[in-house]
Amino acid sequence: MSLRLIGVLAVAAWIPTSAQNGVPRAADGHPDLSGVWTNKTVTPFERPRDLAGKEFFTEQEAAEYEKTHVFDVDKRDNIRGTNRDVASAYNSFWWDPGTKVAKTRRTSIVIDPPDGRIPPLTAERQKQLQEMAEARRRRCEKPGCEPENSGQLGPADGPEDRPLMERCLSFGNAAPMVSSAYNNNYEIVQTPGFVGIDIEMVHQMRRIPIDQTPHLPSHVREWVGDSRGHWEGDTLVVDTTNFNNLESFRGSDENLHLIEQLTRIDADTIIYRFTIDDPTAFTKPWTGEIPFVKSDGLLYEYACHEGNEGMKGILSAARADEKRAAAASVAHQ
Amino acid sequence: MRVWICAWILALPWITPQLCAQSTASLPRTADGKLDLNGIWQAMNTADWDLETHGSVPGPVSSLGAIGAVPPGEGVVEGGTIPYLPAAAARQKENYQRRWTDDPEIKCFMPGLPRATYLPYPFQIVQGANTILITYAYAGAVRTVRMGHPGKSPTDSWMGWSVGHWEGDTLVIDVTSFNDQTWFDRAGNFHSDALHVVERYTPRGPDILDYEASIEDPKVFSRPWKIGMPLYRHVEKNAHLMEYQCIPYAEDVLYGHLRRAEGGSK
Repeated sequence: MSLRLIGVLAVAAWIPTSAQNGVPRAADGHPDLSGVWTNKTVTPFERPRDLAGKEFFTEQEAAEYEKTHVFDVDKRDNIRGTNRDVASAYNSFWWDPGTKVAKTRRTSIVIDPPDGRIPPLTAERQKQLQEMAEARRRRCEKPGCEPENSGQLGPADGPEDRPLMERCLSFGNAAPMVSSAYNNNYEIVQTPGFVGIDIEMVHQMRRIPIDQTPHLPSHVREWVGDSRGHWEGDTLVVDTTNFNNLESFRGSDENLHLIEQLTRIDADTIIYRFTIDDPTAFTKPWTGEIPFVKSDGLLYEYACHEGNEGMKGILSAARADEKRAAAASVAHQ
Repeated sequence: MRVWICAWILALPWITPQLCAQSTASLPRTADGKLDLNGIWQAMNTADWDLETHGSVPGPVSSLGAIGAVPPGEGVVEGGTIPYLPAAAARQKENYQRRWTDDPEIKCFMPGLPRATYLPYPFQIVQGANTILITYAYAGAVRTVRMGHPGKSPTDSWMGWSVGHWEGDTLVIDVTSFNDQTWFDRAGNFHSDALHVVERYTPRGPDILDYEASIEDPKVFSRPWKIGMPLYRHVEKNAHLMEYQCIPYAEDVLYGHLRRAEGGSK
């Protein structure tokens, strides 16, 4: 274990109410994490500047925050009546971050550093991300770059140019499992040797063997990484490596070492913590926390790729833009 | 104790040894007394190329040589042939002609059932008391088997709606609410959205399951029919289900015609 991690894990090992009585248990004595859970929340990921120094909302402040921060479909910064505005409105219909702050009433998902803000990226990672953004911007100087019907500006020469969510590969809520655009539902099935977590969003699957086998060799990379779990007291600790360099969590790269802790504290709640340890991307490790709340609902199949007409629309629009530009250029000559 | 009785019975040749082969008393069990099916399993046959008996034929890409060819295999259909209605038999022949472009497996679409079971890739059973997850390597397909759940599916889906129960030591899963988009194999065998599959997983020993799927679809078949095959446990010490995220490999097939042409508009 790296030295820089020891401090973080000491913080993360502090779980507010571990080993409580009344926590449902599996036959092998471990807390039972099984069931359908949701982690949707309006709690901001990082603590807003105007809440600096304030770690928890009071009950009244929480209610006030929920009232003023309910997702507002009309808060769009588009020019009304444009294709982009209509596309955004369509997307907004599906958004479902919930209406409540996290039940811990924390003012941010990030809990360490204590200021609730993600530590700065390393200078090298900043440079790398800037260069990537600049390369995308340069490619956008030609027509066919910003299809008006797509959710995100950028090149659209082929599907590989598009964001992972448009390709149905990931909505960035599988590793770590954070509240995302919608479908923030998770089904956990726990056995003595294995924990499976079915993530409703684009049916990503966390496969967590509870065994002592080593991680995959470092040249093998997976979209949700390679996980191993073990129990520390009443907490399931999941250690994940072998991420690819196409998925990035808040700036992380393929060297991400993700450590997650799942602690069931009562009938309705799992406290979920995740530590982002990625020395090539972040100047120091950091930790977030989101409660998972028991859901009465069932998980349903989200067949995203199978019905991805959106990708065809995005690429067709880009090709149409190119044709229009070519025609205009001919007319101009 | 029962193991000893079994050994004794085996010593008496006039009593059928099958009594012992079918004894499941000594197999591992979960805490609730059910047979423990947890583990990574895989079929070892060529059913995904064709459910019926087939000889080897060349593949679609000659440069792939023996890698891309279709391996021969004996069929898994009880009685040998799939009982298509006449119109459906014609449709299957058309599917076969177009199999190298139309098979949903090419597109990395979720495989449906029972095909997910006998794809040439492993799958993992994660057996909880009320819920069994079955997670397949291919396409990250996954299904939730709800034990004894009375609910109905609100809509159709690729992997169907799975409700399970135990009949002795056999796990029985009733699967309904399929769409009509999946095929049974690479030979164009198909079904409609009226498909109803009943799967039976029966242990033959600690590391082998007998898998049977009865298939009913009055829009396509003249009568219900069955397939059957053994499933084998991955017993390797380091056996893990690895991720086979195939979407990136299918994007060119699906969207290649919409790519920007080199150097200009298309």
